Amino acid sequence: MSENTDYTAYETGAPVVDTKAPAGPVAERWDTRRFEAKLVNPANRRKHTVIVVGTGLAGGAAGATLAEQGYHVVQFCYQDSPRRAHSIAAQGGINAAKNYRNDGDSVHRLFYDTVKGGDFRARESNVHRLAQISVEIIDQCVAQGVPFAREYGGLLDTRSFGGVQVSRTFYARGQTGQQLLLGAYQALSRQIAAGNVEMHARTEMLDLIVVDGRARGIVARDLITGHVDTYFADAVVLASGGYGNVFYLSTNAKNSNATAIWRAHRRGAYFANPCFTQIHPTCIPRSGDHQSKLTLMSESLRNDGRIWVPKAHGDTRPPAEIPEDERDYYLERIYPSFGNLVPRDIASRAAKNVCDEGRGVGPGGQGVYLDFADAIRRLGRDAVEEKYGNLFEMYERITAENPYEVPMRIYPAIHYTMGGLWVDYDLQTTVPGLFAIGEANFSDHGANRLGASALMQGLADGYFVLPSTINDYLARNPHHDDIDASHPEAVRAVAETNDRLERLLAVDGDRTPDSFHREIGELLWEYCGMARTEEGLRKALGRIPEIREEFWHRIKVPGTGQELNQSLEKANRIVDYLELAELLCLDALHRTESCGGHFREESQTEGGEAERRDEEFSYAAAWEFAGTGRAPVLHKEALEFAYVHPTQRSYA
Amino acid sequence: MRLTLRVWRQRDADTPGAMVTYDIDDISEDMSFLEMLDTLNEKLILRGEEPVAFDHDCREGICGACGVVINGDAHGPERTTTCQLHMRHFDDGDTVDVEPWRAGAFPVVKDLVVDRSAFDRIIGAGGYISVPTGAAPEAHATPVPKADADFAFEHAECIGCGACVAACPNGSAMLFTSAKVNHLNVLPQGAPERETRVLDMVSAMDEEGFGGCTLAGECATACPKGIALPSIAAMNKEWLRATRKASRR
Repeated sequence: MSENTDYTAYETGAPVVDTKAPAGPVAERWDTRRFEAKLVNPANRRKHTVIVVGTGLAGGAAGATLAEQGYHVVQFCYQDSPRRAHSIAAQGGINAAKNYRNDGDSVHRLFYDTVKGGDFRARESNVHRLAQISVEIIDQCVAQGVPFAREYGGLLDTRSFGGVQVSRTFYARGQTGQQLLLGAYQALSRQIAAGNVEMHARTEMLDLIVVDGRARGIVARDLITGHVDTYFADAVVLASGGYGNVFYLSTNAKNSNATAIWRAHRRGAYFANPCFTQIHPTCIPRSGDHQSKLTLMSESLRNDGRIWVPKAHGDTRPPAEIPEDERDYYLERIYPSFGNLVPRDIASRAAKNVCDEGRGVGPGGQGVYLDFADAIRRLGRDAVEEKYGNLFEMYERITAENPYEVPMRIYPAIHYTMGGLWVDYDLQTTVPGLFAIGEANFSDHGANRLGASALMQGLADGYFVLPSTINDYLARNPHHDDIDASHPEAVRAVAETNDRLERLLAVDGDRTPDSFHREIGELLWEYCGMARTEEGLRKALGRIPEIREEFWHRIKVPGTGQELNQSLEKANRIVDYLELAELLCLDALHRTESCGGHFREESQTEGGEAERRDEEFSYAAAWEFAGTGRAPVLHKEALEFAYVHPTQRSYA
Repeated sequence: MRLTLRVWRQRDADTPGAMVTYDIDDISEDMSFLEMLDTLNEKLILRGEEPVAFDHDCREGICGACGVVINGDAHGPERTTTCQLHMRHFDDGDTVDVEPWRAGAFPVVKDLVVDRSAFDRIIGAGGYISVPTGAAPEAHATPVPKADADFAFEHAECIGCGACVAACPNGSAMLFTSAKVNHLNVLPQGAPERETRVLDMVSAMDEEGFGGCTLAGECATACPKGIALPSIAAMNKEWLRATRKASRR
């Protein structure tokens, strides 16, 4: 692999002009688009095959819905069952502008909150559509039997989340993601049993097949037999999730990975805003070097928990011995109107700041208290247990500390990635026929996602948006030539995949896949984590090609490619992380403003808040791949705000 | 802490397996059981041996991917998933046996990995409410009494890990199947398919080769989500009701 160009010497290419969003009032655009879209006659849908990669909220919902419409769906997941996709771990809830509380909520307010919460780096058209669809999602899920929390009158209960002042979050105790995912999985299972979805579990997509400029199939490996095979379709939908695991320690599932989207990027799909990564403020701190992942404690805890650190530096007394007037409830102090419910990026950075000042608690000073003593006094232990029992139990199981008696210790961790494959209003990437939905795309959350909005977006994309917009593509591209595994592009993609796997097995070096994954993760956390500087990012960008070089000389993968080989799976994902990490740092380097989850120390207000620079950076950065280690090309999509006027976010 | 591990190693479905002994030290009590296996695997790789294959993903106790039999107990000594079991529940010098789920309907794939796809087929037989996307009425059109919603939720918590089957002396999937039947059958939305659901799911379960239920109760003691034994009785009631109704037709 030649790496003879300076990766940071990127060029700026043609701007992205057409996002396919219709003109006209924002509230009418989705109707307009659906009306303008060409349809496929129901009788002809059987003749179209759609590949869906991933079975989380977005993929599961899309696969089930497309099959219900009559399309032939071929679906993939790396897990042993589609029911295990990581959407299942989402705890807190799902937003919807139902206004059941009569508290002033509306589609427009959800739209406004999401654009503002995203720090004015999302597209208005997309976000408005999301807010509109939110109400239909709740209807759909209730009809499927999702057991949302209810009140004694039999109606649905809601609660509040960060960054908003209404109560619009629907939930199923601390397991909302699980219940929504099982709803989608059950709908999908019905279609699998009916023969409308051909499901390939334990099968991982390793490349995209592009023929005559159109996505026509994928290369995938059967994880049990190791066999690398090709699958063809009229369109390919990636619902493979985000890339948070590039940081090694994150709240993602261990096997969540970026290979599907990165391979698509290498085949021509632009990758947008990779530096917009979300760091969740309330995770259980790491306990040692053996740590394999981090566990989130739901944001809903901030409804009743109070966050504090000692006022004095290096105060090592147990929390109960620190008197009230020697505690700093710093979020309530700095942000009196939102208090403990400020958005995630703000809460995370504030935690980092107090820890950097030397006021952090627990081992290594990397933690702050989340204290329920007041809530227990006010509401009683039983009421707190009813609301948060399962989360308290999980905390105690992991830390061996009882949060009813001792405050929880929490620290921020990588949780979600707002960036992803660039998509237009139809959720189509820059490769025609290739769509990206859910966390795999970049579109709706701007630079910071609000709590309980990921489930909303995944299901909106999967149940409602994609099944409408993909019709238009399929109707306009009706008769493709039949292609099969003998097509030169398929042969080439398979050969490249096999080469890569064989090389990984052949190196026989002296370092394990995990050791490289940890190394790249620690580098990113240090230089491209909660606070970023030009100096740090340049350091990381200097180091990544060295790690990549070392990887190909020292990686050790035992076993063969013709069997279940989990080391080979890991190593192959790391190959892609080692490239993605570089783009992530470059994007963070080029965006010299701070916004949302992207905090550049050089760009902050006097009070230490993120300072956006709209004149220069009011755009989505869509990067075009140019080769491993070669400077990518930047394409800018200018963002326009006609409805929500950009202001410096204030939660004080 | 130091441990002696005896781990089931099996190359693939067609090759006989055996217990293999590994001594391991430097285990911290804060590690999860899977992090302990990670530590073993890192050492095995560097020694040029094949690491132990095991299923795992979320490591938060919710995806249901992980699950091994530890000293004879599905998911080990605590009422939780294997990923949420921590090494503080073991003592220095312990010998720990680690085996895959043992059940006729869950063939071993490799080492500790088994094939649980039978569960997916049971769900496909009726573990859903037939409501195509877009066909749903307004969510508040049908209130659901809180007690019913809570009953549904408590059964819907099942993570499909298979511990109930592994713990059962008969390898029965009654607890798994009943959890889904009860979740959907108690809700007004699930009522139109109430009879076909229970009949179809139970016959799918039988076809997959799961054993019969003799109410040994081991399933409910192994379930990491605390789904209780009366769940099976409730499903039997549903099944009888549906069978009688069908015979009257």
